[in-house]
Amino acid sequence: MAGKIIEHSKAAEIFNRDIKREEWHDETLWLVREKRDKAAFQIPEWELLRETASQIKNNVLSNIHQYLQDFEEQAKKNGIIVHWAADGAEHNKIVHSIMEKHGVKQIVKSKSMLTEECHLNEYLTEKGIDVIDSDLGERIVQLRNEAPSHIVLPAIHLKKEDVSETFHEHLGTEKGNIDAKYLTEAARLHLRNTFLTRKIALTGVNFAIAETGEFVVCTNEGNADMGVHLADVHIACMGFEKIIPQRKHLGVFLRLLARSATGQPITTYSSHFKKPGDGKEIHIVIVDNGRSTQLGREDFRNSLKCIRCGACMNTCPVYRRSGGHSYHNAVAGPIGSILAPNLDMSKNADLPFASTLCGSCTNVCPVKIDIHQQLYKWRQLLVKEGYTPTTKTIAMKGMASVLANPVIFDFAGKTARFIMQKAPGLVSNSFNPWYKQREMPAPPEESFREWYKKNSRESKEKNNEQ
Amino acid sequence: MESLCAFPNKYLNMKVGLFVPCYVDQFYPQVAIATYELLQKLGCDVSFPMKQTCCGQPMANSGYEHLTSGCDANFIANFAEFDYIVSPSGSCTLHVKDHLHDEKNEQLAAQIRTRVFELTEFITDVLKIEKIEGNFPHRVGMHESCHGQRMLHLSQMSELNEPYFSKPGQLLSGIKGLDLVSLSRKDECCGFGGTFCVTEEAVSAKMGQDRVKDHEDQNVEYITGGDMSCLMHLEGILKRQKSPVKIIHLAEILNTI
Amino acid sequence: MSSKGDILEKIKQNQPSSISELPDLSALGMDTYENLDKYKAVLDSIGGAFVEVKDYDEVINYINNNYNAEKRKVTTLPELAEIAATNWANDDPHNLKDVELTIVKAHFGVAENAALWVTDELLGQRVSVFIAQYLAIVVNKKDLVPTMHQAYERIGNQEYGFGTFIAGPSKTADIEQSLVLGAHGARGLIVFIMD
Repeated sequence: MAGKIIEHSKAAEIFNRDIKREEWHDETLWLVREKRDKAAFQIPEWELLRETASQIKNNVLSNIHQYLQDFEEQAKKNGIIVHWAADGAEHNKIVHSIMEKHGVKQIVKSKSMLTEECHLNEYLTEKGIDVIDSDLGERIVQLRNEAPSHIVLPAIHLKKEDVSETFHEHLGTEKGNIDAKYLTEAARLHLRNTFLTRKIALTGVNFAIAETGEFVVCTNEGNADMGVHLADVHIACMGFEKIIPQRKHLGVFLRLLARSATGQPITTYSSHFKKPGDGKEIHIVIVDNGRSTQLGREDFRNSLKCIRCGACMNTCPVYRRSGGHSYHNAVAGPIGSILAPNLDMSKNADLPFASTLCGSCTNVCPVKIDIHQQLYKWRQLLVKEGYTPTTKTIAMKGMASVLANPVIFDFAGKTARFIMQKAPGLVSNSFNPWYKQREMPAPPEESFREWYKKNSRESKEKNNEQ
Repeated sequence: MESLCAFPNKYLNMKVGLFVPCYVDQFYPQVAIATYELLQKLGCDVSFPMKQTCCGQPMANSGYEHLTSGCDANFIANFAEFDYIVSPSGSCTLHVKDHLHDEKNEQLAAQIRTRVFELTEFITDVLKIEKIEGNFPHRVGMHESCHGQRMLHLSQMSELNEPYFSKPGQLLSGIKGLDLVSLSRKDECCGFGGTFCVTEEAVSAKMGQDRVKDHEDQNVEYITGGDMSCLMHLEGILKRQKSPVKIIHLAEILNTI
Repeated sequence: MSSKGDILEKIKQNQPSSISELPDLSALGMDTYENLDKYKAVLDSIGGAFVEVKDYDEVINYINNNYNAEKRKVTTLPELAEIAATNWANDDPHNLKDVELTIVKAHFGVAENAALWVTDELLGQRVSVFIAQYLAIVVNKKDLVPTMHQAYERIGNQEYGFGTFIAGPSKTADIEQSLVLGAHGARGLIVFIMD
């Protein structure tokens, strides 16, 4: 799955070659945005909820050192085993060691973007562990050997025909049967057997409560619960920023999460895990993997408020028209573009530029992350650190000197218009990316300032004086 | 012209500097002319400082904010003397409001930032004029430029659960014969995005084409908006498609007063 | 060798220098509506079903008329002993795999999203409400609260090892956004709203 990174603009261009498919992808995700709107507009206090959630998360980030210790203390009291992982590699080792300790070679997982970030599946597979993703969307992409393209809707880039083909190949469903109910039923039977036979189950964590040491896992399918309640060992993986201070704060977040993500009032299941069942184990792995660095970046710290709802992706006109895979990161879209450069600036320098800075993402974010402003600030930082092509820097320096000098500016403008009038082919050709799908603006006879010199009241008064 | 001017002497003591986006100056002078004439009709003492160039936004948005001090200095030199600085562009206005700096005189820069206004917000918030009695009997779609809408708050944003308002819409409500259509995606971005229009050409063009289609589905004769950059991008697409739909800046419609 | 110390040290150095205040939640949850009506409307919209009943006799009648008598049913409600097994709480949870219908009671329900709060003590086994093909939950009319804020006020400091909000049957739209009821949990949920 790893390979040469394709820059977003190139991947987006490829995505747009199949225009019908691109339009379907865009329309599908726009509908999810509309569902969010419908749900949000049914809550008169929606904007107050967002503001409240934002302030709770601001408090969390300012006191996270204490909250994490409180959480660990409470969790341990309740019999939960707590692990700490500095990075993805350590996280993977910890998960594997738990399995080794129990002599188990099979695991069932429910959705965890954190484990995607750490590339857990690849690691475990290399170690001879059989990993099955139980979230239907995740299972589909797993069978296809693809990464999920959206943090909430992993298979949103796939059509029924694609799923049917995959299930026919791997699950023996009828060739060509694209009925969603039929295909879901096949997955239900296939995965039910997985749940009933696996002894270790892994989940993500939507929220961890410092006050009580419990954590919450939200699903619509019930796959997380089916996995963990039938297993002997439950491993829960969380980025440390998932902490919230008190149980009652869940009221705020659970009202916002599903509405922002899919337009539902709440996910079917919001399971609160506090103590392991009799004779069973619950492990929680708290992961850093660059988050503490991001915490120290004043401009970008607020990206850690994210509750992984995906609303920013659904509203982003660029995401909808380029697909999650073009962001070459576990978390794609607007939020991915402000998280990923922190993990690897060189690899992810293109992402903050994959945006028009329209600001729609900031408006749908349930915790009010200033996403579009962070995108702008990442651009400044990436240029400063030297991660943009030299040709661009030279062009920009040239532009800056022209635009700072009124005489040169005037001359450059006149020249451009002259060329466009007399030798349009010099500009309107295939070397000019603007020209690929757009006509150039028509060059007027005179610029505004030339008109003003002749026709303004000020100029006329001056002329009359003379 | 005098007979149409509803406010002959009201604002004559108010010196307004006209700030024209660089590409409007060079390629769409009619927009600047309309803005100039409109402000005069509304009673302002408006002039255009000849040595202005650009606000620096194209470089800043590309990550080269640190190269814009020359543009900033030139802006301050040209506009410091004016009571108000008005521009027929939401994104240029926004850039100056948010990013104008002068290491040597930060106080002055900060002061100037409070005096910069986009055209429609200047008319509604400073001149306190509710609507413009003009004449434009055509079917028109309005494109909500993102920077003006979401960052200058010229009109309400579709994502928010808050009451509707629109400064340009309010002004347009006085234009006789104007048939303003409703779009299926009220405020989706057109895809121009500054250098984005060439660095992410495929997505940029598609976004523009989708925007155009939304308008065409409503059988508009004109697409209007507050930012010539968006309109330039949409016009490029319309012309390539050989569409009869024309673009026109808000200033030109309002200038029919 | 735990990384805990290193991680916490890095966090301490990097977190903002002052703690920002926690907001007051008391202005939230002020929506007023008829809880029962709202609950029923939302439950219907999320694919769940409801029956208003006077007592457990009516529940028994309903189940007898609508569910196959041959199929296995389990319950934690002694009132339903005549139609469902009650002595399975100590069994291996895997043995519940052939259960057609699980019937439990909820502590309370939430009108804004039709969710029902259940904990260990009401579940018999944690897996009981997930593994059955169908799920039925009893809730009293007086135990319906308007929003999640009141829900957490009601939960308060309740001690539990496991608790969950259940809103409707399990579902997925992962196949080209086509909504299918019955993913890995219950295919259907019926809520007995009792006087």
